[in-house]
Amino acid sequence: MEPVVHLRAAVALLGRFPALAGIDLDVARGEIVLLRGPNGAGKTTLLRACAGLVPVVRGEAVVLGHDLRVDPRPVRRNVGLLGHATGLFDDLTVADNVRFWGRACHADPADIAAALALVGLDGRLRDVAVGRLSAGQRRRTSLACLLARRPALWLLDEPHAGLDQDTRDQLDALIGRAVRQGATVLLASHELDRAESLAHRVVELAGGTTAPTRGAAPADGSAPPAPTHRAPAAPPPEVSHVA
Amino acid sequence: MWRDAALVAGRDLRVELRSRVTTNQVAPFSLLVLILFAFALDPDRQLLERLASGLYWTAVLFAALLAISRSAAIDETDGVRDALRLSGLDPAGVFVGKAAAVAVVLLALELLLGVGVVVLYGVELAGAGLVVVAGLAATVAVAATGTLYGALVSGLRVRETLLPLLLLPVLAPVLIGATRAFEAALAGVPADGWPWCGLLAGLAVLYAVAGALAYGTLLEGS
Amino acid sequence: MTSPTSTTVSGTPSGDGRAAHTPAAAAPGTPGHTGSRASRVLGILALGSIVLLVLYGLVWSPADAEMADSVRLMYIHVPAASFMYTGCFITAVASAMWLRRRTPGWDALAGASAEVALVFAAITLGTGSLWGRPTWGTYWTWDARLTSTALLTTLLVGYLALRRLDVDPTARSTRAAVLGLLLVPNVIIVNRSVEWWRSLHQRSTLVKLDPTIEGQMLVALMVGFLAIGLVFTWLLVHRFRVAWLEYQSERLDLDLALAERRAEAGRTTGAGEAPA
Repeated sequence: MEPVVHLRAAVALLGRFPALAGIDLDVARGEIVLLRGPNGAGKTTLLRACAGLVPVVRGEAVVLGHDLRVDPRPVRRNVGLLGHATGLFDDLTVADNVRFWGRACHADPADIAAALALVGLDGRLRDVAVGRLSAGQRRRTSLACLLARRPALWLLDEPHAGLDQDTRDQLDALIGRAVRQGATVLLASHELDRAESLAHRVVELAGGTTAPTRGAAPADGSAPPAPTHRAPAAPPPEVSHVA
Repeated sequence: MWRDAALVAGRDLRVELRSRVTTNQVAPFSLLVLILFAFALDPDRQLLERLASGLYWTAVLFAALLAISRSAAIDETDGVRDALRLSGLDPAGVFVGKAAAVAVVLLALELLLGVGVVVLYGVELAGAGLVVVAGLAATVAVAATGTLYGALVSGLRVRETLLPLLLLPVLAPVLIGATRAFEAALAGVPADGWPWCGLLAGLAVLYAVAGALAYGTLLEGS
Repeated sequence: MTSPTSTTVSGTPSGDGRAAHTPAAAAPGTPGHTGSRASRVLGILALGSIVLLVLYGLVWSPADAEMADSVRLMYIHVPAASFMYTGCFITAVASAMWLRRRTPGWDALAGASAEVALVFAAITLGTGSLWGRPTWGTYWTWDARLTSTALLTTLLVGYLALRRLDVDPTARSTRAAVLGLLLVPNVIIVNRSVEWWRSLHQRSTLVKLDPTIEGQMLVALMVGFLAIGLVFTWLLVHRFRVAWLEYQSERLDLDLALAERRAEAGRTTGAGEAPA
């Protein structure tokens, strides 16, 4: 079965700086892959390159059957990127934002409504301007915009950052749900405990290159085993929750 | 493309409505400009009335700078450019939508300024047909040109200062044409004004097409 | 040009990842100046024609019946205006070619041409203004050519301001290219509309000079075109070469940068883990 993401010695430039200096990565359908590495290793650029936003100038790069070196644009419709920036309009309400981005990518209105429900923003908060929401609520709104697209490939850049425990659990549940429905997930995270138990395997990134991976991908291309999901533990008493 | 344009225009107008910056700040500013002109020139009504067309369109241009700046700012919000590129919206459609939204805002401001000029400068309306057509053509020209140049400076730290420098010389012909057309209309000689109207319409078409073609390149390349 | 081999490059590792890139030192073969045999010949020709112009303009051609000696300014003013337009046209064409081919030479040419055009715009305005003083008693007249040249000057200043921006070079070049492409329609529209407008109120006094010129004055004007043209070309060649050298000195040596980037992995990963 063809891999969803196939990168060989991929090099991507940000201006003149080679943010990706030789990435080897294969991700099969239905996998959840965690990208790990120090700051500046190129995790964000790798995610954006897979989304077709950063051009790949050397090597092979095929995502969802589209060759990124030929034209990175066709792949964009099929991916969902959740980055550091929210991509939301502060003056518009949650519903306005999700509806706009949903209709922009020709999503089904039912999907748009369902997306709002899935992140729990279809109640009182629906008609609140995004500028007045907390960071976690804004992240959930962005997530709703992603859900409405129903992308085949999820690209998540530190999705747990700034979220409280419940929301993190919600997010993990949504990721699991998406994967069961056939999506593939690539996420970069510093939340190692949570992310490692969520992911099927881990890929180390350093200096824009990939180190040999830990945890083998299934050789015969069959669907990977479901990730071991730790039941959400009670928070240790000394950890303070950031509101 | 038209569907995308309608979607984007709706979004831009909704942002303007919700934030109320246009009504609370841009409109009073443009009226203020009219009043400042009266301070600068002797409010001998004869002078103001004679110069009304030119002063009117100058005030419109200043207000347009603000409106275009606001329109460009909507898409500069963190992450919106990426999201636009990912969304699959036709860039030409995005351009047309944004320009249309700016045009609507400008029309509202022009109406307000028109009332201002009639009241403050004692202008008597005449040649309504020419006024309306020239006004529409000039508005579209300003909106299209402005949206294109707004995209050229979008996202830059120096956007606020660079936009006027780039845009105003390009809009000088619009100022010339619109003023001449209005003068002809108000003087009761519309025949003189219609050729200028043609110039305005030509500019509107030129920049609408140029913007639609260039917007995609600017969205990707910046 | 040969690719610059680096003699000293230091990459400063930082926790944040982006190593500071110092430009590679120029290879021994890179010239320290922008001269060449061809441009020296060009320069000599230009100087020669300037001498010729001075002779014709000041000595050999007669004073005009109406404007006496101030007509001599025309021998510079008219060609300067023409080459200003030429410069804008070259910028527009170079911008279009950059958008199609994306090779840096076109970008350098667009910028160089705009700068030279600005110089000639200043000359046009200066000579026009100087001519106005004895003729009308004022330094500025809202003549069609002067006014549209003034507007064109602001267009060029704006274009050059955009080129000076401190952003990612590809982004800067793209924006500048779009703006440069728009220069030609802008110039044409500004020119036409200003002339149309001023023609309602005032004959274009500078332009009317041109068709009635003849004899020695015509020769002087032709020499003026030749001289200004040669100077324009010489300036353009040198300015382009300077821009090209600038580009060369900053050029990304991709393999070198890749090696540095990968070396970061060795520094930032723990001991015992070899980078990929």
